[in-house]
Amino acid sequence: MSQGVGVVGLYVRDQDEAVEFYVGKLGFQIHTDVRNGDYRWLTVQHPDQPSFQLGLFKPESPALDARTAQTLREVVAKGGMPPLVLNVDDCRGAYERMRAAGVEFTQEPTERYGNVDAGFRDPSGNGWKMIQSRR
Amino acid sequence: MSQDPELLRRLLRAKDRMDAASHEEWPVRRLGRVSGVSEAHFARSFKEAFGIPPHRYLLTRRIERATALLRDTDLPITDVAFQTGWSSLGTFGRTFRDVTGESPGEFRARVRVGPSPLPHVPLCFVAAAHRPDLTIAVSEKRRQDEGDTDRTQPTEVP
Repeated sequence: MSQGVGVVGLYVRDQDEAVEFYVGKLGFQIHTDVRNGDYRWLTVQHPDQPSFQLGLFKPESPALDARTAQTLREVVAKGGMPPLVLNVDDCRGAYERMRAAGVEFTQEPTERYGNVDAGFRDPSGNGWKMIQSRR
Repeated sequence: MSQDPELLRRLLRAKDRMDAASHEEWPVRRLGRVSGVSEAHFARSFKEAFGIPPHRYLLTRRIERATALLRDTDLPITDVAFQTGWSSLGTFGRTFRDVTGESPGEFRARVRVGPSPLPHVPLCFVAAAHRPDLTIAVSEKRRQDEGDTDRTQPTEVP
């Protein structure tokens, strides 16, 4: 097994909705989806990136107290979580595909010095930039 | 003060729409429609959520976009003003100076010489790092800068 970052998690407001988005619209695949009572460990993977899992977690008890969980739900919904970047080969093509699938874009593909980037959000409010880098 | 995450998500949509088209007019009625919130509730809810009133947020985005155009293009300053949503060059120049501390021309001359301050950062994030942090109204900032409370202040709405 190679060393490095294995899982990075996002907070989402609803895990079923997040699966619909990341798997159904973005084309990720489910890596792990296990439950224990109300707790659900859910990670997805980009098809080209088998060594990395994106966790889709709910801010909730028992890991967090109720007030902290509520604060995090608010921060996510306000778009206050850190930047996320999805690398793509063809930003405009991916934009057309994803928009047709109902992804909420915040910025159309824009060319900057040979790179093309677009912006979208997941249903919870997490903001992504989709970047096609100059080769 | 806690706000409903569902409402916040919809307010974020209004903020995103201003980001995407800051040169357009964004009266509260239009923003309220984007968020599914009444005109009366929108401004208060937005300020509570994001810390500044919607029209001032729009102004920071316009200035941010103007700084990018001044830095990255050869557009005449008049065109920069009109492309970023101002209907008057005078208002643009005054507001730009009030917010950034220098005129559009001075800003352009200064940033054209140095290298990019954030190498290796994706360009789409660099602009956000340079967004003006406008925690007080422009008219208030101007008063503080000038120590002059008697002058007639132009309205902040660009």
